[in-house]
Amino acid sequence: MMRTSLDQGTSDVSDQQGGVRTRTRAAIDAPHLRTDRWWLAPAATAAGLLAFIVYSTWRAFANADYYAAPYVSPFYSPCLAENCDAMRAGPNWDLFGGWWGISPAIIILIFPLGFRLTCYYYRKAYYRGFWASPPACAVAEPHKKYTGETRFPLVLQNIHRYFFYAAIVVAGILTYDTVLAFRDEHYEWGHMGLGTLVFLVNIVLIWAYTISCHSCRHIVGGKLKHFSRHPVRYRMWQWVGKLNARHMLLAWASLVSVALADFYVYLVASGAFDDPRLF
Amino acid sequence: MSGYTAQFKVWRGDVQGGGLEDFKVEVNEGEVVLDIIHRIQATQAPDLAVRWNCKAGKCGSCSAEINGRPRLLCMTRMSVFTPEETITVTPLRAFPVVRDLVTDVGFNYTKAREVPAFVPPEKLAAGEYRMMQEDVDRSQEFRKCIECFLCQDTCHVVRDHEENKTAFAGPRFLMRVAELDMHPLDAAAEAGLDRKQTAQDEHGLGYCNITKCCTEVCPEGIKITDNALIPLKERAVDRKYDPLVWLGSKIRRRSS
Repeated sequence: MMRTSLDQGTSDVSDQQGGVRTRTRAAIDAPHLRTDRWWLAPAATAAGLLAFIVYSTWRAFANADYYAAPYVSPFYSPCLAENCDAMRAGPNWDLFGGWWGISPAIIILIFPLGFRLTCYYYRKAYYRGFWASPPACAVAEPHKKYTGETRFPLVLQNIHRYFFYAAIVVAGILTYDTVLAFRDEHYEWGHMGLGTLVFLVNIVLIWAYTISCHSCRHIVGGKLKHFSRHPVRYRMWQWVGKLNARHMLLAWASLVSVALADFYVYLVASGAFDDPRLF
Repeated sequence: MSGYTAQFKVWRGDVQGGGLEDFKVEVNEGEVVLDIIHRIQATQAPDLAVRWNCKAGKCGSCSAEINGRPRLLCMTRMSVFTPEETITVTPLRAFPVVRDLVTDVGFNYTKAREVPAFVPPEKLAAGEYRMMQEDVDRSQEFRKCIECFLCQDTCHVVRDHEENKTAFAGPRFLMRVAELDMHPLDAAAEAGLDRKQTAQDEHGLGYCNITKCCTEVCPEGIKITDNALIPLKERAVDRKYDPLVWLGSKIRRRSS
């Protein structure tokens, strides 16, 4: 046995601070003793979310190249201002009139943004990735105080279910857009292009992510005390529960797919790429 | 794998201070970290304090931190480490240290007492309780808890903020509240106790920011966050933040 003068792990209790260095706890200076690559997951999460934020901000404010018949970018659907591109039988509704001068995407994106911002998975992702609260399990966080979701503004996370209701409507409209994608550029029905496939994959992932939401799980059956009295809701709760177990995977897959669907429309609308027609 | 000599750093000391001590110790095939701690105790440091009991991952006594991660000493196989690796073992860092690897987990017993117990239904005598399996499935998952308090130890709400210990019950006891609120025969509501409301107001559910560390460390594999804490948050929303549910509860009073 060797007693060492320790590079990490020893301290005089008198100079300790709070948290894991609280006076009564084991005197260890290091904020954590993890030896694995604990920083990789929060760093990758932050990088992935940042990439999406940069891309979606550019596209949302661009106000251009978001419609190429029969495809409309999911960022601009439904298009609710007078300055929208004309979309034949498309998701146009001049609800905001002519006074809306900036990109019409801003009107609608607030709902999917709010849904994802208050989502229980994304909360974990950005609390860890951006706010380091905590950066990883058993790794000390840098903040002196912590009140969690007890106060404004984070107490607003509790309105997640209202964004879920809005997300259902938005997913319904994107489903309509996917149906419209079975036309060709002359609005003839019964056609399909590569973009139709991109839209199909995207809408399946959007619905899977939306339905797998924790609030949805609660609403369909989780709030019940007696499943035996509500067999249909119990069955629905079980189905949603199976999807819910993959909520993180679906959150990322649908985030990527919605960006890809938008990028596809951008390429076609800007003339950089011709949509290959399958039939 | 035949035997080899491993490098260990084990925290030794008490509330007055302490530090990591180096040990070189023999490791044999099939052993767990608790075996090595016992070997150190038997051959090099007979006064090394460690709390343990079943050596089978069922009593929840030997909780500690191995290479900085909260784990059970008896359920951590030595085969997950390379022979060259130095293995650091410290006591739980969220609780006051007693000596060496033993901590005072009394905080958890205080919090356990703050959760009102199961309220028996009025018209049923003992022996007359009948429940459908699908109604108790959720609560039964939570009953797998062995009270090792690894989830309490890793939760940053109290681990990194000692001052929150008064207001926050921690994942283990919020899971207990969820278990009782989902229990088909718990008559707390009829007795005037709203567990959905008290979860937020008295047990500090709002402090939880659902970063899932409790789920990550649970040796029983209980999905604490997804199956207990988030459903409990949604139930608290029903009571406190959803005007539609509140209105519905005023119009139609029916047990679900």
